[in-house]
Amino acid sequence: MALTSHDIDRLAQLSRLQFEAPAAERLLGQLNGFFEIVEQMRAVKTEGVVPMAHPVDAMHGLTAAIGDTDALGMTLRLREDVVSEPNQREANQRSAPAVERGLFLVPKVIE
Amino acid sequence: MSATKLVHGYEVVIGFETHAQLSTQSKIFSRASTAFGAEPNTQACAVDLALPGTLPVMNKGAVERAIELGLALGSHIAERSVFARKNYFYPDLPKGYQISQFEIPVVQGGAVSFFLGDEKKTVRLVRAHLEEDAGKSLHEDFIGQSGIDLNRAGTPLLEIVTEPDMRSSEEAVAYAKELHKIVTWIGICDGNMQEGSFRCDANVSVRKPGAPLGTRREIKNLNSFKFMQQAIDYEVRWQIEQIEDGHAIQQATVLFNPDTGETRAMRTKEDAADYRYFPDPDLPPLVISREWVERVRSEMAELPRVMAERFVTQYGLPEYDATTLTQSKAMAAYFEGTAKVCGQAKLASNWIMGELSRRMNADDMDFAQAQQRIGALELAALIMRINDNTINNNSAKAVFDALWNESRVAVGDNLHDVTQAASVIDSIIEAKGLKQMNDTGALEAIIDEVLAANPKNVEEFKAGNTKALNGLVGPIMKASKGKANPAQVNALLLKKLG
Amino acid sequence: MADVHNMTVAELAAGLQHKDFSAVEVATRFLARMGGNPHNAFLDINSEVTLAQAQASDAKIAAGTAGPLEGVPIAHKDIFVTKDFATTASSKMLKDYRSPFDATVVSKLREAGMVTLGKLNCDEFAMGSANENSAYGAVTNPWDTTCIPGGSSGGSAAAVAARLAPAATGTDTGGSIRQPAAFCGITGIKPTYGRASRYGMVAFASSLDQAGPMARSAEDCALLLSAMCGPDLDRDSTSLNVANEDFSRLLAMPAGDKPLATAGKDGGPLKIGHPREWLGGGSQVDFDRHAPARRSEGTNPQVNKRIEEALAHYKSLGAELVEVSLPQAQLSIPVYYIVCAAEASSNLSRFDGVKFGHRAKEFTDLADMYQRTRSEGFGDEVKRRIMIGSYVLSHGYYDAYYLQAQKIRRMIANDFQAAFAQCDVIAGPVAPTTAWKLGDKADDPVANYLADIFTLPASLAGLPCMSIPVGFGEGSHMPVGMQLIGNYLQEAQLLNVAHRFQQITEFHHAKPEGV
Repeated sequence: MALTSHDIDRLAQLSRLQFEAPAAERLLGQLNGFFEIVEQMRAVKTEGVVPMAHPVDAMHGLTAAIGDTDALGMTLRLREDVVSEPNQREANQRSAPAVERGLFLVPKVIE
Repeated sequence: MSATKLVHGYEVVIGFETHAQLSTQSKIFSRASTAFGAEPNTQACAVDLALPGTLPVMNKGAVERAIELGLALGSHIAERSVFARKNYFYPDLPKGYQISQFEIPVVQGGAVSFFLGDEKKTVRLVRAHLEEDAGKSLHEDFIGQSGIDLNRAGTPLLEIVTEPDMRSSEEAVAYAKELHKIVTWIGICDGNMQEGSFRCDANVSVRKPGAPLGTRREIKNLNSFKFMQQAIDYEVRWQIEQIEDGHAIQQATVLFNPDTGETRAMRTKEDAADYRYFPDPDLPPLVISREWVERVRSEMAELPRVMAERFVTQYGLPEYDATTLTQSKAMAAYFEGTAKVCGQAKLASNWIMGELSRRMNADDMDFAQAQQRIGALELAALIMRINDNTINNNSAKAVFDALWNESRVAVGDNLHDVTQAASVIDSIIEAKGLKQMNDTGALEAIIDEVLAANPKNVEEFKAGNTKALNGLVGPIMKASKGKANPAQVNALLLKKLG
Repeated sequence: MADVHNMTVAELAAGLQHKDFSAVEVATRFLARMGGNPHNAFLDINSEVTLAQAQASDAKIAAGTAGPLEGVPIAHKDIFVTKDFATTASSKMLKDYRSPFDATVVSKLREAGMVTLGKLNCDEFAMGSANENSAYGAVTNPWDTTCIPGGSSGGSAAAVAARLAPAATGTDTGGSIRQPAAFCGITGIKPTYGRASRYGMVAFASSLDQAGPMARSAEDCALLLSAMCGPDLDRDSTSLNVANEDFSRLLAMPAGDKPLATAGKDGGPLKIGHPREWLGGGSQVDFDRHAPARRSEGTNPQVNKRIEEALAHYKSLGAELVEVSLPQAQLSIPVYYIVCAAEASSNLSRFDGVKFGHRAKEFTDLADMYQRTRSEGFGDEVKRRIMIGSYVLSHGYYDAYYLQAQKIRRMIANDFQAAFAQCDVIAGPVAPTTAWKLGDKADDPVANYLADIFTLPASLAGLPCMSIPVGFGEGSHMPVGMQLIGNYLQEAQLLNVAHRFQQITEFHHAKPEGV
């Protein structure tokens, strides 16, 4: 199922990108070129295979040797509820495009 | 269940999504403070600002509070839940995605029960999931621009989602109040609605009874119970009018304007429909052991509904009293403080739900303040004095009045025992001369005078008109300056006229 | 003074400890060589900072408080954020960006005493196999300046090969350390996913990104890896909670003439697995069937010849060769490019012109600001991957693409575990060819993707893997690299296996002409 120029518009909108006509054309061809080699993957039988969201999930038999894991793989590490971040507004906003009175400025947000 | 009430022949269907800010010190994925009201962006650290290279690390305190809510609402606590990214662009969303839970939330199922009038209602929960709050856009004093403050970004939230079980704005508000009571009672949320700590979205639709669910519109950010009711009532009327005028309801997100009392559809985000959720690769699955759940359970305070049941069995209170007295921890504590000491639970309940609550409402006071006027021990002592016939009810109200109004050294909570409290009460009874007259001789003298002065009533009574007795009791009480014991007066009268 | 720029990290560390030369002398030498920015390898240089760090190192050496690598210079891929140097990720989006903090890997290497030479060019946001996707210009290959150095860590590989730095950091998401190391004739290792902290690495694909060292020898890589790894439990939720190791510990063990005869499981000979699917044509067949439009080249015979010669060397070291199978390996290309694009499309959403980085000069409203900012700030390859990622995650396509890819990812990881039941390490090519000419594949993204066929499987599984020089292409005298893949947490063994090869070969000492 090849992508259409309509898909390009929809995805560009979702991704907050814009492509002029010639660029959009070339992109469409390139993406379809890529999805050609994806076809073989879609044909593979994967019933019952558990999706692997994290590499540590595959560290069979090692999870005992690694902390913060269980039989199924890595588990979320939790930190104590403690405040330790000082105010670093100046350093944090050093590379900000537009700041006024400590606020990041953007074109009016209409709700 | 009683038949649901209809509005112009339509059944109202309401579901709730509540965002409760969790009372943690630090944010859900960073070590910045969650304190309210700081200077813009002074509590937005590198992680909160999504600076390149930053990563989230989960706050244990937020998980603990999710477990507490699940236990309080009888929900299932998922042993394994997953954080997902909800992708959309908005200036107050620094990463361009919100870390939330999608397919597998941490809290699943459960219910909230409450009284609507004297009818018991139960609203089922779908889920409650952990997620991060967004920042704020400030539109004032920037011409054509908005200022973004990300102090709130990353504040932990529990989004609590119900089934569409509510059938009226009253029921919806009662649900919201009950949920608010629970989250503040167990202390996972400060419940401050003005500061946005407890934000409700109501999904409202209407339908003819028996018809399939109508198209819903979501009213966002209802930040007071008063507006909640107004907004839902307006929305219901609006939807019914639309349908009656032959217009179909379009699914939409609307805002309530307290000034106009109307709801208005928000400018829709074109791609709001496609959030491209996927498991966050920065965060492995959240695993909660049974041991942890049990530990939290064992450390949790007694829940309101459990306490109410105990009040019924332990103190023999009616369920209505028990539920009312467990509206807040403070009220429940005040009741137990009074009832335990005076041993008159029902009397204590009557005084607290009656006289005390009336005064508190009139003077707009909470229990902490009321304690300064009349402590639980003093009320207990007062009730004991009624009970041992030292004073009658009218006098008791006078004593209460004195305690409430007369400026004096606040004794309420620095009283040590009931004897001390009793002496406070007695001194007032003494000073105001409210002591009940139990001296028969003096009373008989008064009665004789009154009988002599009212031969007409005496005649009528003897002629068989028992009502005539009241015409005599009144003057006797008056002559005793209200201190006579009404029961004793009756007994003596009958004896003399007998 | 000895020509320090030709010394290895080990030699420099020893020389500095013995005060044969000072850290300032060493830093000065390399800064001089970096002058004029040969091969366009560096994106930011700050000699004041570098020399100040070198002086501090000399003071520590004098005071006897030196770290293990005190005074040894290193340069960092511009994917690592740094306080004292700009961090751009080779993108216009982050032009002149200054991070308020250092990446964990950067501070760990500083703690070990290393002196920072500067920031190295790479593909934009580490997306590419040729370093032609940098907003600040391509990097050239020191062995032939008309060729690409490989990517995405092309600046790192070129700098080490051209002796502009004795060592460099790199990041490897789908081969970005191994492939440029192979193309530039140096040694590089990607450790087990989670060994090195990702805190302070500009994220590309979170479940794949992993930092690693690039240097001249396995011995150097072991020293550097020991210094840069270790749990970062407070900052990175995917950092492995395992104690850090001395990855050099096996290298010093008495060699003998057959050191690998006892290096395998329970003291037997080391078993080197050679995947059936990687012999001969490599990836060719399947792609031609499923994508008739593609004329993907198979593995170049010259490359195969070098690999076979290297394996012969290993036999002479006492290793045993066994054939293994990685049946799903050729699916790695679609699986990898779906997973990494999905994660990248989300990771790069923070670049919106609001909090940091580029913002378009002109725009009509908020939506327009977003679109113009991102369209101006990102290069073509980055935009392509964002578009692919948005597509495979979007409503109605998620199961067919993203979820299916995650399932096959597990099958690929399982294939490796089956293979490791029969062998200790897996060996094969790093890339089907040697470095190609600049511009050759610039207009054909899929051709670049196909060239990653051998490096992607280990990345998807999160396995430690490395590249060592094993000779040159016939006539082209462009370096050929061999890939060694170990099982989880087996970096020490992997480095030992590489080191034993380098003890009996000279390929890793070869220098490009004029260096």
